[in-house]
Amino acid sequence: MLLDVEKLTTSYRGLIAISDISLAVAEGEIVAVAGANGAGKSTLLKSISGMERPRDGAVTFAGDRIETLPAHLITARGLAYVPENRRLFPRLSVYDNLRLGSYMHRKLPDRDAPLERCFALFPRLKERLSQRAETLSGGEQQMLAISRALMTRPKLLMLDEPSQGIMPKLVDEIFQAVLSIRATGVTILIVEQRLAESLEIADRGYVLQTGRVVLSGSAADLRDNPDIRRAYLGI
Amino acid sequence: MSTEALIQVIASGLLMGLIYALIAVGLSLIFGLMDVVNFAHGEFLMVAMYATFGLWLVSGIDPVLLAPAVTALLFVMGALVYLGIVRYAMRAKANIGMVQIFATFGLAILIQGLSQYFFTPDYRSISNTWLGGHTLNVFGVYLPWPQIYGGVISVLVFGGLYLLMSRTDFGRALEATREDQGAVALVGIDRNRVFALGWGLGAALVGIAGAVLAIFYYIHPQVGATFALIAYVTVALGGFGSVFGALVAGVIVGLVEALTAVILPSSLKAVGVYALYLGVVFVRPSGLFGRL
Repeated sequence: MLLDVEKLTTSYRGLIAISDISLAVAEGEIVAVAGANGAGKSTLLKSISGMERPRDGAVTFAGDRIETLPAHLITARGLAYVPENRRLFPRLSVYDNLRLGSYMHRKLPDRDAPLERCFALFPRLKERLSQRAETLSGGEQQMLAISRALMTRPKLLMLDEPSQGIMPKLVDEIFQAVLSIRATGVTILIVEQRLAESLEIADRGYVLQTGRVVLSGSAADLRDNPDIRRAYLGI
Repeated sequence: MSTEALIQVIASGLLMGLIYALIAVGLSLIFGLMDVVNFAHGEFLMVAMYATFGLWLVSGIDPVLLAPAVTALLFVMGALVYLGIVRYAMRAKANIGMVQIFATFGLAILIQGLSQYFFTPDYRSISNTWLGGHTLNVFGVYLPWPQIYGGVISVLVFGGLYLLMSRTDFGRALEATREDQGAVALVGIDRNRVFALGWGLGAALVGIAGAVLAIFYYIHPQVGATFALIAYVTVALGGFGSVFGALVAGVIVGLVEALTAVILPSSLKAVGVYALYLGVVFVRPSGLFGRL
């Protein structure tokens, strides 16, 4: 397993946000985590990426325990995280945001090698290179955030609600991009409220409810699960 | 007042203003980076002046040549102050602003006390330097060489700073950390390292200023306070956190001070600067180029 999360528990000011969550992601997979607002999806990703410190449990990435590492060292190991609010550098240009993505690799002669791949995925970024990140639309900002993460050359890309606040037309483009990214050998863990779309591109999925895993299985099994069809797919 | 005398005043004010800008820019840089006002900024300047004096005393090397060593020394000092004090002050759970003020203010008092103890309150000065006491006569306008040197250094430093901020990876990392210190970890940047280097850079900049001032100004344990006050006005006028606002504001402060000295008795020369400051606070509290 590329990523192994065991019995992870994180609390905010004494309130448990996620509790005893175990999940695994194998190399080359797309794994979706679904759940309603407040189910703990974002906390889960923050706890894996080091942005939040878990209270208990273990996170193993590429064979090493990482749950006590500071966030920047987790990124350096090849685990990239695109948070819900994207956290771009708003006053810096699109190009500077991308260049910061490859900051860790600044000594490499082919530092900006992933750039062409990002432009292939999201051609409109290329047109906006000199614009400030804050002037982009929501969808374009999401594209930039994903591209910035790809510039760090991740083994695993974690996406938190990439479809949020985006024109419906672009949502499909983002999901197609996720598939293309996987095709280049990057493993993906995606958190989504849009269960139907994410199960369409995922291999496996987990469903969270009030901080716990209540269901897990292959994407096909989850799609056919009557509880899920009723609760999430509105069928 | 004759035209020549006016030109004389403006030229002197301009040069002193460039030196004020150089003194202030480190303060603004550190504030912009992490919203911390370094109340020991004046003491950093004082340490740089004593360092120049001490190195000159033991080696006999001219202060112009000592400037790089003093700058490097202050860089190390700034980084250590962050790593040893400010980093911990930032971890305060409550009243974080107060904790930071007391941490750097306490440091200022400590540095002052130590220099009183070790160097005595005596006024020191560096004599027989290449530049000290010499003036340049440009069509009847007399400019002291140490101030010309300071002005030129200031312009060069601001030029270098511009290149550093806009053209280098470290400059981008610095800008990114200013924008969102929590997000730089997402691209693998250690914000603590950026902060330590930022403090080093801010202290190094005031170090250069100290090496310049030591040539023509008396050195004593309270010397920092005099210039720190002007530096705070400069930074407030230019806009807290704005590096190039500090340059413009420093020049304005220098000019206003020089012109005030013409109108009012010289003991009141600071009045103009503080009146200007008051005006800024009332009219544009974020300063000329501030983002507040």
